[in-house]
Amino acid sequence: MQIETDETIPLRSSDDVVRVRQAVRARAIGAGFSLVDQTKIVTAASEIGRNTVDYGGGGTLRIEVLRDRERRGVRLTFTDQGPGIPDLARAMTDGYTTGDGLGLGMSGAKRLSNEFEVKSTPGQGTTVILARWK
Amino acid sequence: MAEIPILKIGDCLLVSIQVDMHDRLALALQDDLTERIVADHARGVMIDISALEIVDSFIGRMLNNIAAMSRVLDAVTVVVGMRPAVAITLVELGLGLTGVRTALNVDKGLALIRRIIDSDSLDADRD
Repeated sequence: MQIETDETIPLRSSDDVVRVRQAVRARAIGAGFSLVDQTKIVTAASEIGRNTVDYGGGGTLRIEVLRDRERRGVRLTFTDQGPGIPDLARAMTDGYTTGDGLGLGMSGAKRLSNEFEVKSTPGQGTTVILARWK
Repeated sequence: MAEIPILKIGDCLLVSIQVDMHDRLALALQDDLTERIVADHARGVMIDISALEIVDSFIGRMLNNIAAMSRVLDAVTVVVGMRPAVAITLVELGLGLTGVRTALNVDKGLALIRRIIDSDSLDADRD
């Protein structure tokens, strides 16, 4: 598998979440995604990016465009050094939230992705890796 | 911070969201609309989202909230112009927008608001 482009952008504020949506959109277009596939990965990025800002205290997003023979994909890695997620299984449940949201962010973003992985260590931070293939 | 203009047409308020909304802007719109419903004695609110490239759970919640608040204030909210890719993504995200009336475009949205307001006043006349 080849990495065609690789960039990392900061995620500190809700303005950065807007910039993340635009950056992910641009890369998804570059990877030849259909409009529906673009919309799905941008929406997933918006959900997880907001979590990074609101719950993780800010962090970064790495955007990679991947090529695996004929297939192209976009992989997003969200990293923060926040408090971590104590109960991952619950965090992945529809409707569960510790904030004032709808509790659809994690579970919804997972449904919108082809690959989805969460690593979290309490007190050290959270990394969410998701990918969508064309 | 850029504001989203709210236009008054008769007894309806019209909002057309033309910018990629960050969360504070979405919350500000929710507050502004609620105040304007009362100040302008509005009976209908139409929100045009045809320029929105995504609706995530935060924006979805804002639309739900506006619909719920306007209902309490005796106004009806109709969301118009959702792009097909946005609709597909919303359903997969798990957000049904239950409680939000939708119409395909501004014309149909205004007609729907009119119909709901008129049937409300008919019911009131019968009581």
